[in-house]
Amino acid sequence: MIQKPGNAGFCALITIPMSHALVELRHLSFGYGERLILDDVSLTVPRGKVTALMGASGGGKTTILRLIGGQNRAQRGQLLFDGQDVTQMDQPQLYAARRRMGMLFQFGALFADLSVFDNVAFPLREHTQLPEALIRDIVLMKLNAVGLRGARDLMPSEVSGGMARRIALARAIALDPELVMYDEPFSGLDPISLGTAARLIRELNDAMGLTSIFVSHELEQTFGIADHVIILANGKIAAQGTPEEVRLSVDPLVYQYVHALPDGPVRFHYPCVPVADDFGLSMLAGTAAQEVVS
Amino acid sequence: MSWFKPADVGFAARRQLAALGLGARLFVRLLGTLGTSLRRVSLVRDQIHFLGNYSLAIIAVSGLFVGFVFGLQGYYTLQRYGSSEALGLLVTLSLVRELGPVVTALLFAGRAGTSLTAEIGLMKAGEQISVMEMMAVDPVQRILAPRFWAGVITMPLLAAVFSAMGIIGGWVVGVLMIGVDAGSFWSQIQGGVDVWKDVGNGIIKSIVFGFTVTFIALLQGFEAQATPEGVASATTRTVVVASLTVLGLDFILTAMMFTI
Repeated sequence: MIQKPGNAGFCALITIPMSHALVELRHLSFGYGERLILDDVSLTVPRGKVTALMGASGGGKTTILRLIGGQNRAQRGQLLFDGQDVTQMDQPQLYAARRRMGMLFQFGALFADLSVFDNVAFPLREHTQLPEALIRDIVLMKLNAVGLRGARDLMPSEVSGGMARRIALARAIALDPELVMYDEPFSGLDPISLGTAARLIRELNDAMGLTSIFVSHELEQTFGIADHVIILANGKIAAQGTPEEVRLSVDPLVYQYVHALPDGPVRFHYPCVPVADDFGLSMLAGTAAQEVVS
Repeated sequence: MSWFKPADVGFAARRQLAALGLGARLFVRLLGTLGTSLRRVSLVRDQIHFLGNYSLAIIAVSGLFVGFVFGLQGYYTLQRYGSSEALGLLVTLSLVRELGPVVTALLFAGRAGTSLTAEIGLMKAGEQISVMEMMAVDPVQRILAPRFWAGVITMPLLAAVFSAMGIIGGWVVGVLMIGVDAGSFWSQIQGGVDVWKDVGNGIIKSIVFGFTVTFIALLQGFEAQATPEGVASATTRTVVVASLTVLGLDFILTAMMFTI
C-alpha cells in the first residue's frame, strides 16, 4: 500500500536511525613527542550545522581537522565519524570515510599543473567512471555555486588567493560530501572576499544539506554564520555553545579572546625577568635613584 | 672523550636505518604500482613526454661533444699503433658499453631528477599531497608511480640517443676532419660490436640507472621537508646521491658483466 506523506506510518518508514552528531570526539588526546596538543578533548559536531573552531594559534584547531580526516592518529580516545571510530580504521576504510568528507586547505592547495576546470574535475575523474560530458556539467555546476564558472580555463597561478579558495571549495564539494572542513578559510582575505567566503560556507551548508566545520580567528564573520562555536585553549575546550552563549561567557580566557583584549590570561609579555632587573634599576632603587629624585 | 658520544652514533645509525627502511618500503610500493600504471597509461605517457622531451637537448648535445672528444683522443692513441681505422669501434664500444648509460644517467639526474624532486617537494609544501590524501587518492599511485615508470622507460631511450649522437660526433671528427677511411670506420663497428654482449649490457645498465635515478629523485622529493629550504636541499641531495649511486652501481654492474 502506498502511503501519503504526513501519515505517521510513512514517516516511520523513512526515518533512518541517525545520531545527532556527525563527528564526535571522546576523551581524545594527541601530541607530537612530549608536547600535548589536545588533552582529553570531548566535543560533538552536530549534523547539518555549521560549527566554528576558534582559539589562539597553536591551540590544536587544525589538528582536530587533520584527526577527523585521519591524517594524524590520536594517541588516546575515540573519534567517531558517523558512528565509526576513525582512529581504528585501516587504509581502505579511511579512504572510504574520506570520500564522504571534503576538506578546504588554508591556501586552497590547487594542483598547480591543472587548470581550474581540471582541478574541480580531478576527484570526479579519480573516483567515478562518468562520461566526460557529465563531468563537464557537474564541474560547471560546482564552479557556478562558488561564482567562478567564468574562470574555468585559468591556471591556478592566474587566480587570486580568495578565488583559489573558492575553486578549492568547488573541488571539495565535487563528490557531494556529507562533511566539509575548512582550515582558516578567512585568513588573508580582503573584506569583500571575506564576506563572500562566509556567505558561501553558510549557503552551501544549507543548500546541500552538509555539515560544516571551520577553523577561524575572524570573530565577527564567524559569530555571524556559525550555529555552534567551540573555543580551544591550552589543549582543552574553554567554551562551547551558540555564538551568543560564547560571547556571554565569563571565563577570563574566553572573555579575553572574544573581546580581543591584548592582555589577560594570555599575557602580552613573553615570560621574562622584571623590567628593573634588565635595565639595572633594582640596584639604584635604594640609594642612587632617590638621590636623583631629591 | 667529550667529542665522542656513543649515544649520538646510535642515534645517527638509527636514523639512517629508518630512512633506509622508508626508502625500501616506498621502492616496493612503487614496483607494485606497475599494474595500475599500465591501466592508466596516459599518465605515464605524459610523464615520458615531459621527462624525455626536456632532457633530449642536453643529452643530444652532450653526446655529440663527447663523440668529438673521443674522435680526437681515440685517434691520438690509435695512430701510435697504426690502427686508426679502429677509431669507429673504439668510440662505439666505449659509448655503448659505458659512457652512454653512465653519462646519460648523470645528466638525467641533473636535468630531470632535480625537476622531479623540486616538483614533488613543492607539491608537498603547497599541501597538494595532503589534499590528494584527503580526497582518498593515493599520492604514491597518482603522483609518484607515473613518474617512476616514465623515468625507467625514458632512460634507455635517452642513453640510445646519447650513444648515437656520440658515434656521429666521432665520425665527424675522425672521418670528416681527420680523414680516417669511412669504410673501415663503419665496417669495424659492424664487425666488432656484439648485439647482446655490448649493446644488451648497455641497455641493462641504463634500465638499472633508470630505476635508480628516478627512484632517488622521487624519494628525495617525497621525503623533503615541506619548506623552501627543505625543497632546495632535497634537490641538491638528489644530484649528489643519484650521481654517486650511479657511479658505484656502474662499477658493480661492469664487474658482473665481465665475469659472465
